[in-house]
Amino acid sequence: MRIAMRIALAASAALLALGTAQAQEKVLKIGTEGAYPPFNNLTADGKLEGFDVDIAQALCDEMKVKCEFIAQDWDGIIPALQAGKFDAIIASMSITPERMEKVDFTNKYYNTPPAIAAPKDSDIKGVTKEDLAGKTIGVQASTTHFNYSTATYTDSTVKPYPTAQEYQLDLANGRLDAVNDDIVVLSQWLDSPDGACCKLIGAIKPVVEIHGPGAGIAIRKGETALRDQFNAAIDAIRANGKYKEINDKYFKFDVYGGDS
Amino acid sequence: MSASMQTADSVERPPLPPHGWSRQRILGYGLVVLWAFMGIGLVAYLISAWNTELFQKYAPGYVSGIGITLSLVGISIVVGAILSVPIAYGRMSRNPVIAGLAYAYVYFFRGTPLLAQAFLVYYGFGSFRPELDAVGLWWFFREAFNCAIFAFSLNTAAYQAEILRGAIQSVPKGQWEGAASLGLHKLQTLRKIILPQALIVALRPYGNEVILMIKGSAIVAIITVYDLMGITRLTYSRTFDFQSYLWAAIIYLLIVETLRHAIDWIERRITRHLKR
Repeated sequence: MRIAMRIALAASAALLALGTAQAQEKVLKIGTEGAYPPFNNLTADGKLEGFDVDIAQALCDEMKVKCEFIAQDWDGIIPALQAGKFDAIIASMSITPERMEKVDFTNKYYNTPPAIAAPKDSDIKGVTKEDLAGKTIGVQASTTHFNYSTATYTDSTVKPYPTAQEYQLDLANGRLDAVNDDIVVLSQWLDSPDGACCKLIGAIKPVVEIHGPGAGIAIRKGETALRDQFNAAIDAIRANGKYKEINDKYFKFDVYGGDS
Repeated sequence: MSASMQTADSVERPPLPPHGWSRQRILGYGLVVLWAFMGIGLVAYLISAWNTELFQKYAPGYVSGIGITLSLVGISIVVGAILSVPIAYGRMSRNPVIAGLAYAYVYFFRGTPLLAQAFLVYYGFGSFRPELDAVGLWWFFREAFNCAIFAFSLNTAAYQAEILRGAIQSVPKGQWEGAASLGLHKLQTLRKIILPQALIVALRPYGNEVILMIKGSAIVAIITVYDLMGITRLTYSRTFDFQSYLWAAIIYLLIVETLRHAIDWIERRITRHLKR
């Protein structure tokens, strides 16, 4: 009798779960980092904002699905996608061969070059290996910039940080001689009061094998239907002016980059 | 009386524990088998996932990570032990100012997370660079490793002071009085009578503290000291291979297990006179 009761209970619970799953089927969960302004950032009251978030919202509107945003630490973001915590990563993730072994990417939705920043009184002249020899360079861990810095600046010390905010603190207080990150992220910080300590040294020519063709939307492997939907939506907002509207809200130039 | 006539053979004994397959026994065997299977599964997974190329690429990083973890914990424990003596003294002091200060110190460092303390030391002192430069201390706080040592030592000093205090106070007061009646000086009493007894009590908690520090040190990557856990996370973020965490867990387990045996051995040594 008791066993029969349990089975009945379990069955009804399963049915209930199925029912709610069907009701929420149209909700697409989007994972982003929330610590990478101006692309994605958590506001003081805990909301996500930024270029990535606006683009994601525009894509969802285009695809006519309801989207929900989830903030996730950067170095666990791909495992979280695979574990099903969300269905897509829209977090300025560069499309790289290493990542493509684990996830699928859409076409790029923007592409900006990396750059080097240093304190205002720095004697660093350029962005080559020789210019930075003997210096300590800060980067965010688990990024293409970290991979590029460790591969290129072999005569320098490369220090990985959990988020961009932390290397910014250390560049300001002089523990670091230079930092390497996306030019847009660095410029935004340098223009803010917090970045008054430092200046942009110059842009780095992207290396396709390391930096990839740009930032794309990551989804679980094999979900081609979702990828095609996203690609179509990217093309659509590029065509109907929505992309330009968001672009102009954040930047004075076109972040999409050339057609590649 | 018949009761007093009983010989040793006919003493009433409690009944022998029932033999056979009791419920607990089946459950126990079941659990052991389950654990054994999980162990075998783990080993089998590690063998099947073995990747020589990966190992060659990332093993040196792990070795340096182990070195960082061990030196960080080793130095912090020793510095903390030295610092803990005056703090323990302060905790036992009758002077309300000294006792209050020592209490506040212990209260703060045991009441806040080690993570927050490390963060405060590293980024907090970093924002006072001009002042630290002026007093000539910046060279020390510039290095993340020094900041980690600083924070960890202060933290463990608070715990060790409490261990020391508890152990000293666990020795009966009669020992002090007896020593005093023999005309021994207070310091002599402490060194020759109280501490040898107190350290037996303190050994286990000390061992726990070292083990907790080893595991607690896994947070240190947040201030850019890449210890075993930091290296593991870096490795994982490049390979997305789950075994990077598994190896870290195994290495931590080996370190802790070695320590546990070392402490067992020390305890057996110093309690030889208590064995019956």
